[in-house]
Amino acid sequence: MPPALHIRDLTKSFVRPAVDGLDLLIHPGEFYILLGANGAGKTTTLRMVAGLLPPDRGAISVFGIDALADPVAAKRVMAWLSDEPMIYDKLSPIEYLDFVAGLWGVPNAAAAPALLDRLGLTPHARQRCDSLSKGMRQKVALAGALVHDPKLIVLDEPLTGLDAGSARVAKELLRDRLREGCAVLMTTHILDVAERMADRIGVLEAGRLIAEGTLAELRVKAGAGDASLEDVFLSLTAAQ
Amino acid sequence: MNPGGLLWFARHEARLAWRDFRLLSRGGRWGGAVMLIGLAVVLHLVAAAVMHPDPGLATAPDRQALLVLTGLLAMSGALMVSQAIESVTRAFYTRGDLDLILSSPATAWKLFAVRIAAMAITLATMSLALSAAFIDVQAWRGGARWLALYPVVVALAMLAVTVGMTATAGLFRLIGAERTRLVAQIASAFIGASFAVGLQVAAIQSFGAPDRLAVMRSDSLARLAPDLGRLVWGLAYAAMGYPVPLAVLMLVAAAALGTAIAVFAPRFGSFVQATAGIAERRGGGRLKGRSPGAVLRAKEWALLRRDPWLVSQTLVQLLYLVPPAYLLWLTFSGGLDAVAILVPVLVTAGGQFAGGLAWLAISGEDAPDLIATAPIPQGLEIRAKFEATVGGTLMVFGPFLAGVAVAAPGAGIVATAGIAIAAAGATAIQYWYRLQATRGRIRRRQTASRFTTYAEALSSIGWAGAAALVVGGSRMALVPVGLATLALLIAWLLRPAASRR
Repeated sequence: MPPALHIRDLTKSFVRPAVDGLDLLIHPGEFYILLGANGAGKTTTLRMVAGLLPPDRGAISVFGIDALADPVAAKRVMAWLSDEPMIYDKLSPIEYLDFVAGLWGVPNAAAAPALLDRLGLTPHARQRCDSLSKGMRQKVALAGALVHDPKLIVLDEPLTGLDAGSARVAKELLRDRLREGCAVLMTTHILDVAERMADRIGVLEAGRLIAEGTLAELRVKAGAGDASLEDVFLSLTAAQ
Repeated sequence: MNPGGLLWFARHEARLAWRDFRLLSRGGRWGGAVMLIGLAVVLHLVAAAVMHPDPGLATAPDRQALLVLTGLLAMSGALMVSQAIESVTRAFYTRGDLDLILSSPATAWKLFAVRIAAMAITLATMSLALSAAFIDVQAWRGGARWLALYPVVVALAMLAVTVGMTATAGLFRLIGAERTRLVAQIASAFIGASFAVGLQVAAIQSFGAPDRLAVMRSDSLARLAPDLGRLVWGLAYAAMGYPVPLAVLMLVAAAALGTAIAVFAPRFGSFVQATAGIAERRGGGRLKGRSPGAVLRAKEWALLRRDPWLVSQTLVQLLYLVPPAYLLWLTFSGGLDAVAILVPVLVTAGGQFAGGLAWLAISGEDAPDLIATAPIPQGLEIRAKFEATVGGTLMVFGPFLAGVAVAAPGAGIVATAGIAIAAAGATAIQYWYRLQATRGRIRRRQTASRFTTYAEALSSIGWAGAAALVVGGSRMALVPVGLATLALLIAWLLRPAASRR
């Protein structure tokens, strides 16, 4: 089976290099978390993977599909969710999910009611999104990312604004997808989440991958014994 | 200055207003001044060209002259009431800094008192900016007494804010916070449009006469009007500089505004808090079982239908069709000439209406990232938005097109084609010059890019001219077709780099 995501020499500059010759390989069923300080290039990387930003150089392959040559085919198996959920205020959650499913060519949106139920949104399913709280809107957006059954889920700070219970449900939903062979690429500043959920962690600094591996491998690299991920991360980034 | 006091809040508001004004004059201090002077000169030239001396408005005015003056002032007042309702509604529903103010230990009613007064000042300033040239020309030709129109405009602004505030607060009591927004916005739009519509209807009624307001001077209307010296003419007498009516008007307006401030400022906070707890609204059915293109179109329609503010804007657009519709009714059996007048009006209105819809569908897209990450070719997205815009425009204009088609089938076909082409042109311009913005900023779309505004207007007017000439059987129709195509071509060539990808 081809890798879920294969990034080679990915480069993007604005005023200065935001992503600088990045190589990344994520396998099906793997939960990969990108860490980095503000401005390290995490969101730029994810936006290029999602097809929202053209890279200056490099290659992106999603389940064997060249995402730059055939973006529509790559998008078909991918979902993107940002920390600022962009949903339609005037649509209800169920309509939003129908809309997203329609866009991805899944006409019946069969998974929509179950997703809304799982995320505790069933009582609000037909209520317009403009009357939902920020956390609920984030859950609607998360349901939208999952309703078309993507194989690669790209998440930029998806747990921002969720209460503890909702964050747990969101993590369970993602784990279920992993068991079905999905891959997840996610950024977060909540290092506890990264420590508990990630199969592998990549640390970005100034657009370059300065360390990558399991938590144990990163500890070895940082020479940090059984330190927490927070200590490992700070040690690795301080060394640069 | 006592923090939290009336003067302190007034200074705070004045500072914010000044900074907003400075933002508008992006060309720098001198650039802004030159632009303002240039605009003033142009407005004075326009006023001098369109205004004619009126012998009826001599020292002892006759009944017809008073009718015209009262009618014009009443229509201007309606426009001001419309603006006042809009301002009050915005103040109630836009949270802005109100959470901060209401959660602070400051006496909020003082701020609200200042804000209500500021609405009157803003309205008076805006109205004077637009009317000053006409007042000056009238004073130059008719004597300095006409300068009394300046304080009359200020008085009308104070009365308009009083009416706007009272009406909106009354609606709050009667129908609740949620419905008030919709009703107030629609009422504001209708009242505002009545100014322009009233003028156009008067002009249509006066068709063939040298004076566009001839209908208001008709003997039959004058016979129905009250005698000279009656209270109903007070506004007109004040405008003509009669000191007693002017003083009474100013006193009444100031007292009305003062009462409105005293009554409503202490309640303003509760109005604002009521808007925060607006009841949840339910969605419609489901969108499932449709293709990507179909859900895109369905989404655009659902968003348009459910936005009360946009609904009110749409209704205003329709209201502006009343005068041409009236013209059609007047001359239904009049043959092709009347229709030839109506067709370009419809095509121009259609193009402008489509420009607004296209802006909402393209620049006002709420979830651009979602659409961009969806597995749909870019062409499909654009096509769906074109279909939603052009289809929506044709649907709105359908009844008028049907009316034209009944009167003259050929003209109906030409008008339909003209609207479709003008709508497609406006949509294309909006697509080339798309700039992500929230839907609520639609009112600023025309100031955000003057180039697109002019390009859209030129294209619409070009297609309208072509349609009129085609209906008239003239081969000269090719000239406006060429001009409209040229406008689109220039817009396409000069489109920003971001939309060339």
